[in-house]
Amino acid sequence: MFDPTTRLNHTITEIKPSGIRKFFDLLDEMKDVVALTVGQPDFVTPWHIRDAGIRSLEEGRTYYTSNNGLLEFRKEIANYQSRRFSLEYDPAKEIIVTVGGSEAIDLALRATVNPGDEVIVPEPCFVCYAPLVSMAGGIPVALPLKWENNFKLTPEELRSALTEKTKAIVLAFPNNPTGACLTKEELEGLAEVIRESDALVISDEIYGELTYDYTHTSIASIEGMRERTVVVGGFSKAYAMTGWRLGYTLAPDYFTKQMAKIHQYGIMCAPTTSQYTAIEALKNGDEDIEMMKAEYHARRNLIVSRLRALGIDCFMPEGAFYVFPYIGKFGLSSEEFCEKLLYEKHVAIVPGTAFGESGEGFARLSYAYSVRHIEQAMDRLAEFVKTL
Amino acid sequence: MNIRNTILSYMEKDSHLNAKTLAVMLNLPEEEIEKEIAAMEADGTILSYKTVVNWEKTDRRMVRALIELKTIPQRDKGFDTVAERISTYPQVKSVFLMSGGFDLALFVEGETMRDVALFVAEKLATMEGVTATATHFVLQTYKDNDVVYEQDTTDKRGNSW
Repeated sequence: MFDPTTRLNHTITEIKPSGIRKFFDLLDEMKDVVALTVGQPDFVTPWHIRDAGIRSLEEGRTYYTSNNGLLEFRKEIANYQSRRFSLEYDPAKEIIVTVGGSEAIDLALRATVNPGDEVIVPEPCFVCYAPLVSMAGGIPVALPLKWENNFKLTPEELRSALTEKTKAIVLAFPNNPTGACLTKEELEGLAEVIRESDALVISDEIYGELTYDYTHTSIASIEGMRERTVVVGGFSKAYAMTGWRLGYTLAPDYFTKQMAKIHQYGIMCAPTTSQYTAIEALKNGDEDIEMMKAEYHARRNLIVSRLRALGIDCFMPEGAFYVFPYIGKFGLSSEEFCEKLLYEKHVAIVPGTAFGESGEGFARLSYAYSVRHIEQAMDRLAEFVKTL
Repeated sequence: MNIRNTILSYMEKDSHLNAKTLAVMLNLPEEEIEKEIAAMEADGTILSYKTVVNWEKTDRRMVRALIELKTIPQRDKGFDTVAERISTYPQVKSVFLMSGGFDLALFVEGETMRDVALFVAEKLATMEGVTATATHFVLQTYKDNDVVYEQDTTDKRGNSW
């Protein structure tokens, strides 16, 4: 008998739905919840940036752009990357404007992976890497990072994970969910190991602007790394532009050419309005970044201090807008802790296991919320912890 | 931004923030924040702590009016004497010296439009140095003191990691 459900792509049907999704569905059904779950800024895109998008619509700029994005926009991206992170890329040949950072990651993986290739994915990490590796026909190899290293990837850990089959390494620092960052020296240590291998690097630097203790360094700026690295950047986090869906890849010509094929056939081009909007962000948005960053910085200090005051171990995250405290000492699994907290005190945080098995014992709390909101959540958490 | 301006920018948005919380947020000793706040209270940088109230949500009747005044400036005193005298009335909530077609702008509150109209006619128009008044009643407040009224504050952000 014909069973249409068996006719779908097995690689896709075998991918498990994201664990975090289940938790969010639960959350949507409840009222009076103080949530610290959202992985996006609580700021609205600054008005002068939004206004540029509106102006582009008034001027009737509703056409497709060239596949890789408006050249004017790519030039601004190149200027910005040079100004902020000392990266030099040719706007004509080495930049593709994508639909968010996620498409950029997908392009990089699909342009890289042959069936059976391994891709090292340090965990805990953003949820998309492993499924995208699988969808590209590759094998994601989870590399569990350690609490005692503040969830930084060390050269030793990387060396032990590299094999003959390793095609690429995903580096995602500043990290969602841990807030871990890598200094220039730490990246140099990793680069030394990578240079000894044939591995490519997919460096997701979407949180690159949001570091609080030192300026972000891109691995592509380290000797010998540019030629084998795709840098993924975007506008969502730095400029509070998540809904505009705009990201980009920076990669050498040989690499960009291949990713461009996937992009042009699958996507055509990123939304035109968003591209015009983001030109304004790049030209006149540096002050907005500083303002938002100062806010996140203050909130980070507050939430870490409140958690520590409750006796919850929490390392000081150096970037992004998440804290990743250790909750294992209360004798519950991460999921149990988060579900109990949600049901009993109506506070929502995300179990660390949503970001990989090595997230067991931890939870992600976002501080992309107002100070008042964070304090309210911490008050409720304090009541909850007393009952354990 | 210097430390005082940073403290002020937080407190202007939320006067509930105490020195202890600010100290944590700004990673400074609590005593230092306390000292700065006390100094700013003493030198009049911080004038008062108030609550922004939307009186339309209550049963209290209240009308507000913007009043333009033309006045005759006095030798050596300019507009100060008349502005200071006007400021003593409790009905007068704000007084500004303005550039442009008139001199002083006031915000006046009363229970009814008649209250405000009588106050203008009896107290302001008759005051020495005042040569003309124009009263504009506030019909609806959309934003005041940096607060948007009747704003939908529900968090509409999608829960997408």
